[in-house]
Amino acid sequence: MIVALSIFLITVGSIAFHFWSPWWWTEVASNWGNMDDTILLTFWITGAVFVAILFFVAYCVWKFSYRKDRRAEYKPEDKKLESRLTWATAIGVAALLAPGLVVWNQYVSVPENAYKVEVFAYQWGWKYRLPGEDNILGKTDIKYINDENPFGLILEDPNGKDDLLVDAQELHILKDRPVKFELRTIDVLHNFYVPQFRGKMDMVPGIVTYYWLTPTRVGDFEVLCAEYCGTGHYAMRGRVVVDEEKEYKKWEAKQITFEKMLAKNRKNDNLQLVKKDK
Amino acid sequence: MSDEYEHKLEAKSDYTGDASSVSTPDIDAVPDAELPDQELYHSHSWWTTYVFSQDAKYIGIQYALTAIGTGLLGLVLSWLMRIQLAWPGLGWLEPSSYYQFVTMHGMIMVVYLLTALFLGGFGNLLIPLMCGARDMAFPYVNMLSYWAFVVAVVVLLASFFVPGGPTGAGWTLYPPQAITAGTPGYNGGIILMLISLILFVAGFTMGGLNYIITVLQLRARGMTLMRLPLTIWGIFTATVLAMFAFPALLVGCLMMTLDSLLGTSFFMPAMVSLGETLTHEGGSPILFQHLFWFFGHPEVYIVALPAFGIVSDLLSVHSRKTIFGYRMMVWAIVGIGALSFFVWAHHMYVSGMNPWFGFFFATTTLIIAVPTAIKVYNWILTLWRGNIVLSLPMLFSLGFIVTFLNGGLTGLFLGNVTVDVPLSDTYFVVAHFHMVMGIAPILVVFGAIYHWYPLVTGRMMNETLGKVHFWITFIGSYAIYFPMHYQGFVGVPRRYFEIYDSPYIDVSTLLLNKFITIAVLIVGAAQLLFLYNLFASARLGKKAEKNPWKANSLEWQTPQMPPEHGNWGKELPKVYRWPYDFSVPGAKEDYIPQTQPPSEIIGAKVEKT
Repeated sequence: MIVALSIFLITVGSIAFHFWSPWWWTEVASNWGNMDDTILLTFWITGAVFVAILFFVAYCVWKFSYRKDRRAEYKPEDKKLESRLTWATAIGVAALLAPGLVVWNQYVSVPENAYKVEVFAYQWGWKYRLPGEDNILGKTDIKYINDENPFGLILEDPNGKDDLLVDAQELHILKDRPVKFELRTIDVLHNFYVPQFRGKMDMVPGIVTYYWLTPTRVGDFEVLCAEYCGTGHYAMRGRVVVDEEKEYKKWEAKQITFEKMLAKNRKNDNLQLVKKDK
Repeated sequence: MSDEYEHKLEAKSDYTGDASSVSTPDIDAVPDAELPDQELYHSHSWWTTYVFSQDAKYIGIQYALTAIGTGLLGLVLSWLMRIQLAWPGLGWLEPSSYYQFVTMHGMIMVVYLLTALFLGGFGNLLIPLMCGARDMAFPYVNMLSYWAFVVAVVVLLASFFVPGGPTGAGWTLYPPQAITAGTPGYNGGIILMLISLILFVAGFTMGGLNYIITVLQLRARGMTLMRLPLTIWGIFTATVLAMFAFPALLVGCLMMTLDSLLGTSFFMPAMVSLGETLTHEGGSPILFQHLFWFFGHPEVYIVALPAFGIVSDLLSVHSRKTIFGYRMMVWAIVGIGALSFFVWAHHMYVSGMNPWFGFFFATTTLIIAVPTAIKVYNWILTLWRGNIVLSLPMLFSLGFIVTFLNGGLTGLFLGNVTVDVPLSDTYFVVAHFHMVMGIAPILVVFGAIYHWYPLVTGRMMNETLGKVHFWITFIGSYAIYFPMHYQGFVGVPRRYFEIYDSPYIDVSTLLLNKFITIAVLIVGAAQLLFLYNLFASARLGKKAEKNPWKANSLEWQTPQMPPEHGNWGKELPKVYRWPYDFSVPGAKEDYIPQTQPPSEIIGAKVEKT
């Protein structure tokens, strides 16, 4: 009796917790609200199975608990029942999978007009690079990284000259403009994660990974690293600010191109050389 | 043979009024033995009896005690981690220690506790007894297997004492961070971890070959494969999986060891490590992830399949009812085992591998849900119209059904590639895998220990202590992991030493952390009750009668209980039926042991098996 009741209460309690606990996802700030929808669908289907099975177990434990004068039923198999259950499960699983695959297809197909932003991760922080006026990110190589050229752009690539380098933890993006994050790390694995955007992808040294989204509301969001990357993992935070056009332009105008940065850095170097010579 | 025997049975009952008086050797016929009786090694000294034992029963106990001892360390580590998460203000733990504890906790629990306990512990104890053999096929190799495991554990623990401490790379040991500065134990602890794993795989291979060959070659006369208890099917299939999966881990470990010690670049691309350019070039970190998860996913089933098998037997025995759909259960075990090699990259949806793989692995992953669901249906249909004894093993089995169902269903979230994107690397994942491969199998372990304890010691464990232990463990661990899923929805990332009061996180989320930690401390402490019960009952426990649960399988039919060296006295047992003939109509008792010949139960309407 107590056992059956406990199983019953656990089931009811789990449902109550689901609906009335304060813990739920953040308000979505990108076009990936359909990921939330897929989760909700999954909740309904799996929740129904969860409740049905546990109520059944609670009923059995209550109804068929041991009595000396009774015998269990002797029924090793029931082919019909087994095949019905198998098919029902297969259909339920397909109903979960199909919408999931549709959304995944959108997630991995980047719109052509997406604005490309490089997210640059290192132990333990973030930098960003915007493509500049030509809308093309210049090529990079890890071996060119030095104090003068902290992003490791290839000097010979003309596309890189007008790239805007954001050597800060904060990135601004424009509301309603699709953006493709090109994810690059110079050391270990990282993952560029903003809970409100839902999107996620590991950054792997040696390759450039990506994902895309369209920000749908203005706001100031925290960036977290979502792939363990060493002792400072938990402190690897940044910020993404979604702006309307006006504020965005203001921020963009403050960023410095690669060419200018290089010139500035070289001047500093020359000054230092001059100092040393003296 | 069974077909013939049914015909004969019908023919017999035509002309005999009183069935019990009729006994002809005909209907009790079993096939001849194909191999001569095993020659056993007989120990002569204390050392060869209790230390370097070659008796599978002892080796099983040695494996189990070593695994549980190591697991206790894992438990204490989880306390330390949870205290940090609940009260980050205490500031008594360094981030590096936190990550080291996370790593060691994970690896210990998955490999050194669960794998060793299910296969090394229960495998050794039960395979020879349930198959009707005198011992494992190769007792000496079996002994070596255990001692290789001991050395592996010692090497693992030694890493706590090397400069830099144990590795803090996370139990997945992903390169490049596993072997670059910035991760705790990147040049000492990680090497010991890799060596320990290599030793574990070597030792486990010796044991595993033994389990497979024993099941295939040394079954008693009449014990067909389709008459094996599901426990054996689970352990057997898991061992086959291990034989295919562990080599991937082995080469991964070897390659990483070379990357670290000799400067090769299997997994290491050109990179800058804390401002310093490394000499590595051209390696692929994702290659390691593929190798790791090609091992890692079957590993989930290496733990789960023995639990599936054992819980099937516990449910059947303690509800006095035939396991429902035995054949379907066997094929589900085999099917899950085979499919488990085609789903590994669902751990890598957002790893940076080609995203188009997502379609394939999401599909295979959701397909594997079908045989798994069948198993759940068959467990609960076994309860239907049973005669359910609420003994300790039954309680833990019910706990398993609740937690496994919960964890299995959340697997449908994470397996569905789209849903995985927002949830991966959050506490939802932590909650899911603890529920499904932590709590659920461990509840089975407890159920199994309460069930087979009399077979090992000849005494029963204390029922009252056991019940207290059950309720705290079951309700407590559900209270830990069920709410934890919702932290994942909020977006709290895993492997965070401290979350701070991030703007998107409510204060209540931090409160929830405190609640969970308190539950962890209580559940952990309740295991002391279990340990006390485990050791004290060996002396103080009530003496067990022979076959105390009235089970059918062979391990309870030995001439002595606990079984002696060689298990079966002079003559090996003969098997006439499957182990699930419970509550057969027309039979006098509500159980018919596998060794009971048909001539002794003529009136019983058994289905052929």
